[in-house]
Amino acid sequence: MVNTCGLWGRLLSVDLSSGRVSTESVDATAYRMYVGGRGLAAYLLWRELGRKWREVDPLGPENLLLILTGPLTGYYPGVKLVVSGKSPQSCGVIGSAISSHVAYAIKAAGYDGIVVRGASRDPVYLYVRDDSVEVRDASRLWGLGGFKLLEALRREVGGDAPSLYVGPAGENRVRTAAVMSRWFHAAGYGGYGAVMGSKKLKAIVVEGTGPLPPVADRDEFLKLRHEVIDRVASRTTFRMWGTTSGIWRVGHDTSSEPVRNWQEEWHDREEFSHVVLQRRHWVKNPWADWGCPLACMKVSRAVVDGVSYATDGPDYEMGAYLGSNLGLFEVDKVVALTSLADDLGLCGIQTGNVLGLAVELYERGILTREDVGYELAWGDFESLKRLLEDVAYRRGLGSVLAEGTYRAALEIARRKGLPTEDVLRYAVQVKGVGLGAHGIRSRRDYPQPIAYAASVQCGDHTSVAGLPVDSEESEVSSVFADSAVVCMFTAVEENTMLRFLNAVTGWGVTREELYGTIGPRILALQRILLLLGGPDVRWDPRVHDDNPPRFYEPLPSGPYAGSSASREEVSRSLAEYYGQLGWDELGVPTEETLRRLGLEDAVEVAREIRRELGTG
Amino acid sequence: MSSLRTQVWMLVDYSLCTGCRLCEIACSLKHEGLVWPAASRIAVYEHYPGAPVPHYCVQCPDYPCVGACPTRALRVDEGTGAVLVEPSLCVLCARCVEACPGRVPKIVRGKPHVLICDLCGGDPACAKECARAGYNALKVVSRPANTAVKHYSRPPDLVAEELGRRHFS
Repeated sequence: MVNTCGLWGRLLSVDLSSGRVSTESVDATAYRMYVGGRGLAAYLLWRELGRKWREVDPLGPENLLLILTGPLTGYYPGVKLVVSGKSPQSCGVIGSAISSHVAYAIKAAGYDGIVVRGASRDPVYLYVRDDSVEVRDASRLWGLGGFKLLEALRREVGGDAPSLYVGPAGENRVRTAAVMSRWFHAAGYGGYGAVMGSKKLKAIVVEGTGPLPPVADRDEFLKLRHEVIDRVASRTTFRMWGTTSGIWRVGHDTSSEPVRNWQEEWHDREEFSHVVLQRRHWVKNPWADWGCPLACMKVSRAVVDGVSYATDGPDYEMGAYLGSNLGLFEVDKVVALTSLADDLGLCGIQTGNVLGLAVELYERGILTREDVGYELAWGDFESLKRLLEDVAYRRGLGSVLAEGTYRAALEIARRKGLPTEDVLRYAVQVKGVGLGAHGIRSRRDYPQPIAYAASVQCGDHTSVAGLPVDSEESEVSSVFADSAVVCMFTAVEENTMLRFLNAVTGWGVTREELYGTIGPRILALQRILLLLGGPDVRWDPRVHDDNPPRFYEPLPSGPYAGSSASREEVSRSLAEYYGQLGWDELGVPTEETLRRLGLEDAVEVAREIRRELGTG
Repeated sequence: MSSLRTQVWMLVDYSLCTGCRLCEIACSLKHEGLVWPAASRIAVYEHYPGAPVPHYCVQCPDYPCVGACPTRALRVDEGTGAVLVEPSLCVLCARCVEACPGRVPKIVRGKPHVLICDLCGGDPACAKECARAGYNALKVVSRPANTAVKHYSRPPDLVAEELGRRHFS
């Protein structure tokens, strides 16, 4: 146990191979160095799996599934937790943030997080009520979609106990499967639904009846808490529209929304907007998660072909990826596809990305009716719905697409006897992770040319890289949010966030320390594990620290037609970015940098990586 | 009857409740000095998406909990009409929970007595926080001279079914 305020200093540890349940302590130094959440995930994974990282199969029992809170969880308005492990998408570490009531429940149960090791032989779910922890039989729950599962869990444990779970996609080890919560919430980036499924773990139910740990400076905490609530609650437009307004604005105004697998990033379809969703489909607005003064969510309902569907929003990412990216502009059908993805436990971003690839390959004649089993066309709800289900259940071509955009492109090229570049040119991903729905070509939305190319979380639009590295443009700001574990939508400016962190923990973290040491330390560790990769893919910075080829094609339509990413600018920015972080010319942290950050034990591994790249 | 009219009461607008539970946090900070959702005197349940159920003591005109208490640990505050718990007398027998039509009183690990909303002496922290966030789902009003106030006290799963049906038939 530690004397750090705001944290318990202990994790609940469950080994599903042996059924053994225990607790393990995390010392105060580790928290002070890695904060929590994403930073703590990198630390725990490095410590336990670092030496054999390349051999660790992300879908094998040796991988860890981490469910971690941070020091601000439960105190800062708005609640998130971070799901992590070795990613079956990037083969590095992704801190996958999800809004879930499990976050505060874990702390109220007396833990900072849950570590799941091993794999069960038969389906199980984990039931935690404070000190009482049970690995329970889940044979009757296996196979259920999210909505039915939550009903069954409610009958089984009573009330509305918070839970994390996987749908059929996670059970079937689909690499685009998410860890889900509360009907519509997903930790999508990273593919941790597949990790949870590979462990035969259907759900984690957590009831915590105790208090959260005390804070260091109660008066300052109470003052800041109300200050943040007041500021966040005044974001009236965001409360009314949520991120859903992006489905019009990001496409029409800033030209950075995926349209038909990113062939375009602009549209002027007035029927495809939050206003139409609000009028026709929102039955609850605003809707919020635990402790949130913003309430950006909306419950929507639609009836399509006599079937009733419900989802949240759809929020911008779902609307873009399961709508415009698939050429689907009818919002009722976008509600339906999003609801299906929720129920199947699919990440809408990753799955919408790979579905877009499939439809474009079909359009170009690379995939045929024989390959798919039916025709594919932009905006065709019936076939898109079928393909989504085929992915979740790994049926036919769906089993190839279930490997995610990068691996699916390689496999399709192999099957077709094509050079891999001929398929990869349509794959809008970076290092195995499909890109979030924010393009860089127009420079009006994500203006940094290396936003995705240099990110240690690859295609994750919530963790983009940028210059200068000591500004809020830097990936350090995402590292902070994901490690203190707060929601990016309730976050306020940095100074207040740091004061909040210090009021809770008593650490006295300064901005200089965040940008000079803590952030770069976590980034360096994530970078090294990403470059180690394996077992099925490895990344060469000279090839893979880059945008998808599509971003070098000029935008064909809209007010920024003709605009594209520039290779020269990307190379220049990458060199500058590596330099500012103390990484070498290929982006491997130097020995000096590692020592400065207290990562002496990574020096040898970094040297090996350099040797393999031919630069050491 | 004249004193009743000056008593405060909390009215809920289900359609405005976002399910955020800031009320629970505010209540536990006020009464326990900690973020302790389980020890909050108000609880929000949500069995169906978008149909949250704020659940708290509605001060039934006939106070069945007070009558059921074998140790006289419960009494009615004359000023506010709230049910007050005398910690030293409560033996956690749960008779009040059984007597309550909404099963509102809470028994929580770590608390040696039952927890019931005391209306914060007339200025409930939960409603203030709800207003602060701009949701205004909980409204402090003069206590209505209408015995139907007791109808609000129902087990949360039953209320959830009723509310859920509005969204998801």
